[in-house]
Amino acid sequence: MTTKPKFAMYWAASCGGCEIAVLNIHEKILDVDANFEVVFWPVAMDAKYHDLEAMEDGSILLTLFNGGIRNDENERMAKLLRRKSKILVAFGSCANEGCIPGLANLRDSRDIVRTAFNTVSTDNVSHVYPMHSYDVPAGEIHIPKILPILQTLDQVVEVDYHMPGCPPESDQIAGVIDLVIQVLQGKAELPPKGAVIGAGNSTVCDECARTRNVKSIESFTRIWSAATDPALCLLEQGVPCNGPATRSGCKARCPSAGAQCIGCYGPAEGVLDYGARLVSSFASVINASDPETIDRILDGLPDPAGQFYRFNLAGSLLRAGRPAWEREPA
Amino acid sequence: MTQRITIDPITRLEGHGKIEIFLDEAGDVANTYFQIPELRGFESFCVGRPVEEMPLLTNRICGVCPEAHHMAAAKAADAVFHVDPPRTAKILRELLYSAFYVTDHATHFYALGGPDFVMGPDAPVAERNILGVIHKVGLEIASKVIQARKYGHTVVEVIGGRKVHPCTSIPGGLTKGITEEQRREILEMGTWAIEFAQFSLKLFNDIVLGNKVYVDLILGDIYTHRTYYMGMVDEHNHVNFYDGQVRVVDPEGREFVKYAAPEYASHIAEHVEPWTYLKFPYLKAVGWKGFVDGKDSGVYMATPLSRLNASDGLATPHAQEEYERFYATLGGKPVHQRLATHWARLIELLYAAERWVELASDPEASGPKFHTIPTEKPTEGVGIVEAPRGTLTHHYWTDERGVLTSVNLIVGTTNNYAPISMSINKAARSLIKKGTVVTEGLLNMVEMAFRAYDPCFGCATHSLPGQMPLEVTIHDAQGNPVRVLRQYC
Repeated sequence: MTTKPKFAMYWAASCGGCEIAVLNIHEKILDVDANFEVVFWPVAMDAKYHDLEAMEDGSILLTLFNGGIRNDENERMAKLLRRKSKILVAFGSCANEGCIPGLANLRDSRDIVRTAFNTVSTDNVSHVYPMHSYDVPAGEIHIPKILPILQTLDQVVEVDYHMPGCPPESDQIAGVIDLVIQVLQGKAELPPKGAVIGAGNSTVCDECARTRNVKSIESFTRIWSAATDPALCLLEQGVPCNGPATRSGCKARCPSAGAQCIGCYGPAEGVLDYGARLVSSFASVINASDPETIDRILDGLPDPAGQFYRFNLAGSLLRAGRPAWEREPA
Repeated sequence: MTQRITIDPITRLEGHGKIEIFLDEAGDVANTYFQIPELRGFESFCVGRPVEEMPLLTNRICGVCPEAHHMAAAKAADAVFHVDPPRTAKILRELLYSAFYVTDHATHFYALGGPDFVMGPDAPVAERNILGVIHKVGLEIASKVIQARKYGHTVVEVIGGRKVHPCTSIPGGLTKGITEEQRREILEMGTWAIEFAQFSLKLFNDIVLGNKVYVDLILGDIYTHRTYYMGMVDEHNHVNFYDGQVRVVDPEGREFVKYAAPEYASHIAEHVEPWTYLKFPYLKAVGWKGFVDGKDSGVYMATPLSRLNASDGLATPHAQEEYERFYATLGGKPVHQRLATHWARLIELLYAAERWVELASDPEASGPKFHTIPTEKPTEGVGIVEAPRGTLTHHYWTDERGVLTSVNLIVGTTNNYAPISMSINKAARSLIKKGTVVTEGLLNMVEMAFRAYDPCFGCATHSLPGQMPLEVTIHDAQGNPVRVLRQYC
């Protein structure tokens, strides 16, 4: 009896959209079933931590890991799956660059709890907060510890491949699955370790059908504040579109639908820091030379940190080191 | 000897749910704790962001029902700018949302809730999942379910720009409209969806209601709680998913309160426990009395069943007939039996499909005016929609530039945290008694207490084996495992 190679998928701090994107490959999911033995996939099948622990190290051929590392349980699972997997793929924006939940790194992690437990509708006069370990009459019960910052998967363990997107587009997922099956059949070779898979090599602008005239702008425009021309580049119309810094692979879906690219496919090929690239792209269209005018134009971006690092904060160069409140005085 | 039963992980709650059951010395259940071990902090880190980004940022709370967050956020952002979107934008938003409901409810029934009934609660574990269902009812039905998912997602993409995490709703309306050709295509798909919903109800009727064992199970006491019920209604007190007022009825079915979105905080408060990251909403006027049901406890439920209980009917003809048959069969309003939620969900599925057709039939759906430019100073706003798993409230405060200064969210499943905890507790107490041999059957019965609520994030299991994987470990008083029970797909 031939044994099929083993496949796993796991979600850490994520929204479930990556799983939906995988399920949206529809009948292709049957190819996964035909070519792999799915051994661990909490969303789709029985999935026990200790079953995983009992597997031999390196016995899973392919693991798609989505979600960021927000708490100690996420971290434990990342390390466990790394040990059990031959090929570990950082799947989706959260695992690769932190995604939207990575914006929490702009704040003290304790603020996450304090804010959530002191909202206008929260009845919490006695300031009760969740505790990692809590004594109830019959014993002690536990919940995971929130870590000081949200980390990407490759900040915690070694990653073999990166598949970006929030979520990765389903046709890209189907393409990667086809490739892996071909590799298994000896018809293709795996890309070099560390490669970005399931995405393009250029920018969203290169996939965007809107016309670019290399014009410059005198001010930024909030998307709700004016009608935009559906045929013309959004950035040229002043809408802060992240296309120039963002990796291609999505067919420029948002700009095609009249909305600006928000950067969910992460840094374009060769871009070391997403925000730095975007700053320079925006700077190149600003039509001003005196500091006052430049300041006035930049005031049109009310949230620079979010604008430049919306999906990428945890994975950016800014991530270096521990958060300021955790650092020891020099 | 005190025993402790740990169920960890339960995976249909984003893979991060846990149940602790403590037995007393006699072997009866002393208490249960249903813990949510995760918090990502959206209410904290969304502060400082421009309010128009909220329909995009809060999508990422849940990739299973991003449409719900997208709509609640868009409505809250409209309110922040005091802008009323044009009729075309409202039609298109609700049309997208109705198609999403069809997809979401259908897959819950076929992949998650249905297998217990189609295969039977005591069916072999290996068959009690969507694959077993396909095997039993045939591939033809499976392809219908796949078709329903595809059509739903197609409408989401045509109007929302993307299949997952739609991007087109902005303060004042939408970034784009649809063409007349697209409207006709959507209408055609909706007509198919109505037939699919009717077919699903017939299947439920034949397999579940035609079987006395199931009817007894539904009507039995294990899965029954008498609580308040919440749901959004239109001006005729008919269920509406996208807009209206939130109505709450008491355990006797009498209207307790009806409030508009901005008044939510006068009626809803959230209780805190130190052993979980999720809060427990309750009715402020009644008060938090602990994990108990009845008229004196502020615990309420917000699900398909509660929406039917909280309304006077449904606005579309076929769904209204089913609504009437539902209450005639189950002995009048309100229905307290949680397992009846599966039936209620299919009735909502039919309503959503009929609403889809109604909205797509309106020529204004493809009209040219899909956005009103906001002109007023942004301040504060609340947006409420009915997410498939409960009333979803977004509340934003901004500065004069429309940058967020504070955010409050009460998310669908959160409403049901207390009732789900109570259902788990009651199922455990009913099933585990002094001297009980804990069997695999126990696991599925605990599972069924959950599954009726369709805990959010769990709908991610849209199309694969619909098993809530459970493991029960029984520890002795020293914490040593003495027995492990598992169930597999």
